[in-house]
Amino acid sequence: MPSLGADMEAGTLVEWRIDKGSRVKRGDVVALVDTEKGVIDIESFEDGVVESLSVKPGVRVPVGTTLALFEGEPVAHAAALPPARAGAPVAIPTMPPAAAPSVERARRISPAARARAASLGVDVAAIHGTGPQGVVTLADVEATVAAAGAKPAAPAAAGRAGIRNAIAASMGRSKREIPHYYLQLALDFQAAASWLEEFNRVRPVPERLLPAVLLIKATARAAAEKDGFSGFYGAGGFARSQAVHVGVAIALRGGGLVAPAILDADRKPLPTIMHELQDLVARVRSGHMRSSEIGTATLTITSLGDEGVDLLLPIIYPPQVAIVGFGSVLERPWAVDGRVEVRPVLNLTLAADHRVTDGRLGAQFLARIRDWLMKPAEL
Amino acid sequence: MTAPSAADPQSLEARILALLVEVAPDVDPAGVRPERDFRDQFDFDSMDLFNFATAIHGAFGIDIPERDYRQLASLAKCTAYLGTKLGPSTPGISAAGKSS
Repeated sequence: MPSLGADMEAGTLVEWRIDKGSRVKRGDVVALVDTEKGVIDIESFEDGVVESLSVKPGVRVPVGTTLALFEGEPVAHAAALPPARAGAPVAIPTMPPAAAPSVERARRISPAARARAASLGVDVAAIHGTGPQGVVTLADVEATVAAAGAKPAAPAAAGRAGIRNAIAASMGRSKREIPHYYLQLALDFQAAASWLEEFNRVRPVPERLLPAVLLIKATARAAAEKDGFSGFYGAGGFARSQAVHVGVAIALRGGGLVAPAILDADRKPLPTIMHELQDLVARVRSGHMRSSEIGTATLTITSLGDEGVDLLLPIIYPPQVAIVGFGSVLERPWAVDGRVEVRPVLNLTLAADHRVTDGRLGAQFLARIRDWLMKPAEL
Repeated sequence: MTAPSAADPQSLEARILALLVEVAPDVDPAGVRPERDFRDQFDFDSMDLFNFATAIHGAFGIDIPERDYRQLASLAKCTAYLGTKLGPSTPGISAAGKSS
């Protein structure tokens, strides 16, 4: 059972996508696992042939439990820990199958529908999905309940308890352990906005970019240039990650958020980042995140650009050491050559870990992000 | 079956609702309040609106300039906008143009 985030202790195997004798390549989805963040597609971290499956669907096991064995490799895990966490303990005994909760069939289900089903005690496997590709929607859950003549027994909010607990555990740990410092920098977003407007004007709707893509790329490039913001803080102190995997905080409808990663964001063209972001948001909200996206982010960005706030003071996701916040782009008075003009102003904020960097380095990091946003054509 | 006319407000609305559910599978089409912005009703963000615009572009084959996105913000606005864009005599577009 791979660790899908620092706060994860256990996961429930929902479904195997492989069988004994299956030939598996690195990156193949081998299993679906249910966590507090929803159902995650578990990808293999190595090539091999499956010798045996060690855990049955429906069984909840601790992180580190062997899920499956590959032929000729007695200690190999079909879903091994990602390299970044290779030092984590792996030899935790499997819980007895007798402890298995009711098996939840692997179904594509929206997070809202999953939460509703859980709060109403409805078996998801028994629901007929009417959404695209058979996705079980909120309406399907309620239709099932209505057809059964059952009354909703608990408030829907109860279904959010899992993800709320996961956020609380992670943020609580962050506030206890990480000595945060905060910086803020306001920038004139005119250059980026104009460049984006022109880029989008000459392209059909599906090929256009959202401003978030510029923020992701600018942050990733700055993190690749400045040491101390991309990596993990563990028992041995700070380990810099040369690869910059940018976690993007994505809100779930109805509450809660997750921050899966866009891998190697500093080296991807803007349209690729847009495409991946689009795909990520869709999968987060339909419950199909991949293990390689969870727990792999080396720093995170969070944007409340749609909500009209000037700025936000974010909290670092452990074991990361920095998080960059973006407020809304708002028209504000701005001094230009000794005159006051109205400009679209964007506030960047940084929360970073004092065990790793100081305000001076942090200021340089924020300034690098600003510099990239001032010359968007070079992103 | 003949394709419904895009000028028929009811069938237009039904097609918009189908696209809405495609973009946000957890939205209950029966519960949509036409005058209320999707953002207030369903927590729509800029990515949802972008996906919705992309779906409309794909299904109706029309260009939607970025500055017009705000006219897609609610079911009523969207129906009115598409009604104008498609014109009274435009025949319905076949479901083959559907985008995901």
